Amino acid sequence: MKFNTLFCGVASILGLMAGQALADTVKIGVVLPYSGGAAQFGEQIDRGMNLFISQNKDAFGGHEIELIKRDSKRPGGDIAKNAVQELITREKVKILTGFVFSPNAMASAPLITQGKVPMVIMNAGTAWIPSLSPYIARVSFTMWHAGYPMGEYAATKLGCKTAAIGFTDYPPGKDSRNAFTTGFEKAGGKVLEALPMGGPREVPDFTPFFQRIKNAKPDCFYVFVPAGNHSVAVVKTYASLGMGDAGIKLIGPGDITQDTKLQDMPKEAAGMITVHHYSADYQTPKNLAFVKAWKAAYGADTTPDFMGVAGYDGMAAIAHAITAQNGKVTAEGTMKALSGWSYDSPRGKITIDPETRDIIQDSNVHKIVSKDGRLMVEVIDTIPQVKDPCKANAIGKCK
Amino acid sequence: MTAAVLPMEQALTAAISILFDGVAYAMLLFIISVGLSITMGLMGFANLAHGAFAMLGGYVLVSLMLNAGVPFLAALLLTAVFVAIVSIPFERFLYRRLYKAGELDQVLLSIGLVFMATASITFVYGPSTVSITVPEFLSGQIDLGFGTFPTYRTFTIVVGVALMVALWYGFERTIIGAKIRAAVDNRRMAQSIGIDVDRLFVLAFALGSGLAALGGGLAIEIIGMSPTFALTYLVFFLIVVAVGGLGSIRGAFVAALILGIVDTAGKYLWPDGGAFFIYALTIAILLVKPEGLFGKA
Repeated sequence: MKFNTLFCGVASILGLMAGQALADTVKIGVVLPYSGGAAQFGEQIDRGMNLFISQNKDAFGGHEIELIKRDSKRPGGDIAKNAVQELITREKVKILTGFVFSPNAMASAPLITQGKVPMVIMNAGTAWIPSLSPYIARVSFTMWHAGYPMGEYAATKLGCKTAAIGFTDYPPGKDSRNAFTTGFEKAGGKVLEALPMGGPREVPDFTPFFQRIKNAKPDCFYVFVPAGNHSVAVVKTYASLGMGDAGIKLIGPGDITQDTKLQDMPKEAAGMITVHHYSADYQTPKNLAFVKAWKAAYGADTTPDFMGVAGYDGMAAIAHAITAQNGKVTAEGTMKALSGWSYDSPRGKITIDPETRDIIQDSNVHKIVSKDGRLMVEVIDTIPQVKDPCKANAIGKCK
Repeated sequence: MTAAVLPMEQALTAAISILFDGVAYAMLLFIISVGLSITMGLMGFANLAHGAFAMLGGYVLVSLMLNAGVPFLAALLLTAVFVAIVSIPFERFLYRRLYKAGELDQVLLSIGLVFMATASITFVYGPSTVSITVPEFLSGQIDLGFGTFPTYRTFTIVVGVALMVALWYGFERTIIGAKIRAAVDNRRMAQSIGIDVDRLFVLAFALGSGLAALGGGLAIEIIGMSPTFALTYLVFFLIVVAVGGLGSIRGAFVAALILGIVDTAGKYLWPDGGAFFIYALTIAILLVKPEGLFGKA
């Protein structure tokens, strides 16, 4: 555990490049869960950021950055908001980043508008978050990058006429439910049930909910739960109720087949279909190099997941913004630099959409397969360069 | 959105599902909470750290299985014995000092222990949920004649019922049980007729903690195990004790059954608001019987 990273600002000294004697130190506020059940996410993103910094010393154009880290603990929004206030008013940070949980990003949005400090979101995936402030840009994903194509794919390629949905009852859960329902029903499918299954903080006993779904006999069962501990319980419950044998396919966004959790799952996970933008098992040269560097830095038994790659790409975006402004970082300058920024990420090509400040990226269809006694992700289809379908179709709060 | 309207042919399936899952969950609550009920009834100590012993049990089980390669059932037993022994110094050196202190002091001590346990477990095992692989004969489904059910939950029910029977026998039919009952009813009188209440305290505390650890070990597969377990489920353990009545094994059993089944039914039939049922029912029961179902006024 890196408790020392908690309160002390970690200065990353990036050697001065020749010809730029007057380098500026850019303060960057990082708001991530560093303690409690969600600390695993903070660690993933932290490692992603640090890997980018250590690999790309030149990318910052000779300017120093200082990461000032604050613990957002839980998804409630309150702690993150206090941290953001302190980072803006006392530490006078130029850029804010991190934000695992949607409610934390939402609660902080009014502050960054008032304080004019751009926020680069590294996870929080509720689709309409960027509409809360002109200073938000997102390098992760929206619930619709996975949910909407998953709905289409389930109806057209997986042959599911009916589906049931189980979701964790908080903003991204409802967002994911809407995304899947929209995609699935547009493609002619029928959603039988959509069950809220408890809140994000604790992993509930999923059995009552799953039992109800099993008795409803849908062709596909779409589950959204927050990344992390929930997903293993989902697959275990699915397996112990024999839902696979009952002919119900388990599908969902890639949050439920997170790389870091896959090996804890029972063998029934094989055959699951999810849609997502990243897995450590991608066999592209860029990703193989990324995973290799990750394991070299953090240990052979560690693996990056979509949060790790978001930390990496987010730091690439910040580096670009700093370099583009030659170290004189302003809110307008940062947003201008991020608008239309494109990057060759381990997940593939990513672009910040100038219109929505949200990410454009490939959505991949993942199939979980068992290889050499290890569960892994196989990409069986790709929907190229997806713009957030929620905003593209102007649905609900995305108008 | 999803109202509790089910077609007739599904109603029976639903009822059986709810009963089965509810009873399995209830057995888990019972195994963990019964020790708390005994210690609160016997020693009058509001031990909020009871769940920490369950949590310790869960993690000891994980260590035994993953690091030492002990098979699941043996590890479960070893865990219970180990945690029972570990709990004795806590009783001797910490809890005993506060038996005569006010409830606030007891609550402060024990909630402090919960936070320390959470921090220690996080330090050693990390903040994520831990998981185990249960043996083949406990995974999958089992056909009980009137339907197929998850094998592990069936096993949990068997363990819960067996423990209930064993505890009932121990408390109602053995000398030591009679002594504990006497001490719960009237500690001063029990002492004055020569019962070593002090030793009973140690025994009951260790037994309760060991059972909690057993429950914690069983819980890993059902509700998961993380460093916040002790705090997350504390309210459920307290509900079982309060609704059942302090110091009553039968009360804890009945209360766990009611809560387990009602909680499961609520989530199954009305997922949008289901988690609320358990609290409404608790309030209703305590309004009618403030001392709990089987408590002594």
